[in-house]
Amino acid sequence: MAERCAVVGIGQTKHASRRDDVSIAGLVREAASRALEDADMSWGDIDAVVIGKAPDLFEGVMMPELYLADALGASGKPMMRVHTAGSVGGSTAIAASSLIQGGIHERVLTVAFEKQSESNAMWALTPKIPFQPPVVAGAGGYFAPHIRAYIERSNAPDDVGIRVALKDRQNALKNPYAHIRDESLTYDTIAESPMLWEPVRFHETCPSSDGACAMVLTNEAGGDRAAKAPAWVHATAMRSEPIMFPGRDEVSPRAGRECAAAVYAEAGIENPRGEIDAAEIYVPFSWFEPMWLENLGFAEEGEGWKMTLGGATALDGELPVNASGGVLSSNPIGASGMLRFAEAALQVRGLAGEHQIDGARKALGHAYGGGSQFFSMWIVGSEKP
Amino acid sequence: MSDPVLGVVSPVRLEYTFSAGRAQSRFLRGLMERRFVGQRCGKCQGVYVPGRGSCAICGIATDEEVDVGPQGTVTMFCIVNVPFAGQQVEPPYACASIMLDGADVALFHLVQEISANEVRTGLRVEPVWENERRPSMESVRYFRPVGGDHA
Amino acid sequence: MREVAVVAFAQAPSFSPDAERNEVEMLAPVVREALDRAGLSIQEIGFVMSGSCDYLAGQPFAFVTALDAVGLWPPKQESHVEQDGAWALYEAWVRMQHDEIDSALVYAFGKSSLGSIRDVLTLQLDPYYVAPLWPDTHAIAALQARALLEGSDYTERDMAAVAARGRRDATIDELLTLPYVASPLREHDCPPVSDGAAAVVLAAGNLAREICERPAWIRGIDHRIEPQGLGLRDLARSTSAALAARHVGAGNGPIDVAELHASYTHQELILREAMGLGAGVAINPSGGALAADPVMVTGLIRIGEAASRIMSGEAKRALAHASAGPCLQQNLVCVMEAA
Repeated sequence: MAERCAVVGIGQTKHASRRDDVSIAGLVREAASRALEDADMSWGDIDAVVIGKAPDLFEGVMMPELYLADALGASGKPMMRVHTAGSVGGSTAIAASSLIQGGIHERVLTVAFEKQSESNAMWALTPKIPFQPPVVAGAGGYFAPHIRAYIERSNAPDDVGIRVALKDRQNALKNPYAHIRDESLTYDTIAESPMLWEPVRFHETCPSSDGACAMVLTNEAGGDRAAKAPAWVHATAMRSEPIMFPGRDEVSPRAGRECAAAVYAEAGIENPRGEIDAAEIYVPFSWFEPMWLENLGFAEEGEGWKMTLGGATALDGELPVNASGGVLSSNPIGASGMLRFAEAALQVRGLAGEHQIDGARKALGHAYGGGSQFFSMWIVGSEKP
Repeated sequence: MSDPVLGVVSPVRLEYTFSAGRAQSRFLRGLMERRFVGQRCGKCQGVYVPGRGSCAICGIATDEEVDVGPQGTVTMFCIVNVPFAGQQVEPPYACASIMLDGADVALFHLVQEISANEVRTGLRVEPVWENERRPSMESVRYFRPVGGDHA
Repeated sequence: MREVAVVAFAQAPSFSPDAERNEVEMLAPVVREALDRAGLSIQEIGFVMSGSCDYLAGQPFAFVTALDAVGLWPPKQESHVEQDGAWALYEAWVRMQHDEIDSALVYAFGKSSLGSIRDVLTLQLDPYYVAPLWPDTHAIAALQARALLEGSDYTERDMAAVAARGRRDATIDELLTLPYVASPLREHDCPPVSDGAAAVVLAAGNLAREICERPAWIRGIDHRIEPQGLGLRDLARSTSAALAARHVGAGNGPIDVAELHASYTHQELILREAMGLGAGVAINPSGGALAADPVMVTGLIRIGEAASRIMSGEAKRALAHASAGPCLQQNLVCVMEAA
């Protein structure tokens, strides 16, 4: 029988395009210190550290957990480093919760970060590979065709993406940590912003951010003793599929659908749309909101955009999505997945401040990565599972 | 006094010799002969182009070679507007997933000789080859509509 | 603690640099062999974990194309650590402690020959103060070797003896006449440049007994890290290896075989001290990391090799060790036993 896992401390940095004021170690410590403070614990209380981040080429440091051992108080402790592309923040949290659930450790610090201003993220995402012409222009160039295909399949109106971007960026105004907090953004300024990879415009695209997120996870006894209300882990799931194979559906990948089904089953959820109070899902380009709403089973196939346009995913809607502002407002790539998991936990702890969804008791955290092929999700609740 | 030092630029230069591997090497040599050489999986019969030596869903070696194309169909595409380092064509331009006839996995390449906003799913295309023959995807300059198909 | 054992192990037939095959082509036959030996299909496997490093390939997301070698369909629980496969095995073992899965596939791959591995590994060092000086791994290891020689009774002769043990034709005296690469290290004191892949299948309880006549039961597995600063620790002692060995109860019984991830001869001497491995223990019958050092795979191979001695009936109790980071900064120890 698995040990119960509680989230008792959460911390994150102020996300920005360049955090010149801190070194990589400083960035990570900022988030970790805040998580420890939130948990009313100190470095010495931690048994193990699990760190996650995206490709090392983003900072030019190979296996940075080695360099960060000191900064994270890990000397004499076990330390692991997860890397599952964009979903890494999520799979890192899951690896950390696994240590608790397996009864291996009682208190685990988990951190995810990216300080991508130190290197060049666009180059690191699409380096020149020999024998191939440089055709794909960054992550957006890879995903834009999938978005076009979704629009074609679902007959969605052209401006669904704009509405998602507006919602998420306006939500970010209530999140003091968010990178992009632009009060001047309107429907028109988004619609008129330069088209990057048709149909994705500049303001519908995630920023490139420096940032970190950290959580302190404990066993059940730790959760019972917690200084503030913990979030209880009800379910975790991960699924992967290969990037390219005959008949692959890149728009609504099977790995995503099955991951969602698994996480709902473990959490005993039969009606996701009705039983989940808030969702933090990984939307790096605006159109991924309706696409993931379908993939996650919140909306029927082809209907995700209707759910968005109908206001269901707004802060005051039936299923608020990305109250934090989401990846569209802050995107330190390695941390983005953990931010989704952490924000879901903040909601059920009642600690999301200005972007708190009233009465949120069950929340979903979702992350994806690679060519829409790696998925990690968790469901957290204010009560024990 | 001088300002505090906030950062240091530390140049990193590493040279790598890239191995295309056996399967992809067969594909690249095929390009020199103006052929698209794929690999068929003996179990699911799926044809990969370029071949990768292994079927991603069956997990078995893919040894059987199959010629595919040269024509194909656009299955997905986007229009690139953003400039980036190393870009060879001036934006805006269309790049597309192209399912070559006989293949079950699409290739990604440029689509030219057609206005970017006329590109559509289902467009039939054919390769335009570079004069110089080399073992590289750059041997294909781009794909263009078959027989001036713009409709 | 749930009983989990190594029930199958496969590794590349050769670790020489291979310009012809890419990572997927190198890995695919190894994964198939491990699954065949376990008599399990990938569909039956409960969890897949891998270890590899982007900087070896010089490209981001190197582990993504490696999935082609596995045949991961239908979608499955799968994850990856940017560490030696030994840590991937650790994560799989942890998951099996609480999840309702009975088996896991763990694999690792890496081609150290693509770049200059000595320079690539420099990027592991502190990016602000040390890496910009570009000290390569041999130079850093030499610092540790020097610290050992000056702080103990060990001599260059003892280092050469470790190397000579793995070679048919060289005597200690002959080896000592060769020039230094980075004093006091000579070429034979340093690891070769290797390309390789390995895979291990783990199984729990009754499934392990069904698959394998003599499963290598994991009685303890633990890992610890030290501060990175080279001046912050005693390079001649491996406190984290000692700590990990203590946590797994290595000293609770006699050890027949120990496979140590010592990429340099002096590191074997340090590790033996740290883990209390005396004269009665057979060290690295596989040849160890000095025979083949496919970075990111070497540690997983140590676990597989040690497990193989138990599965063959040669050994009753085996210890496997993996390390990461400059001068044995991070160490993992695994103790396995026959029933």
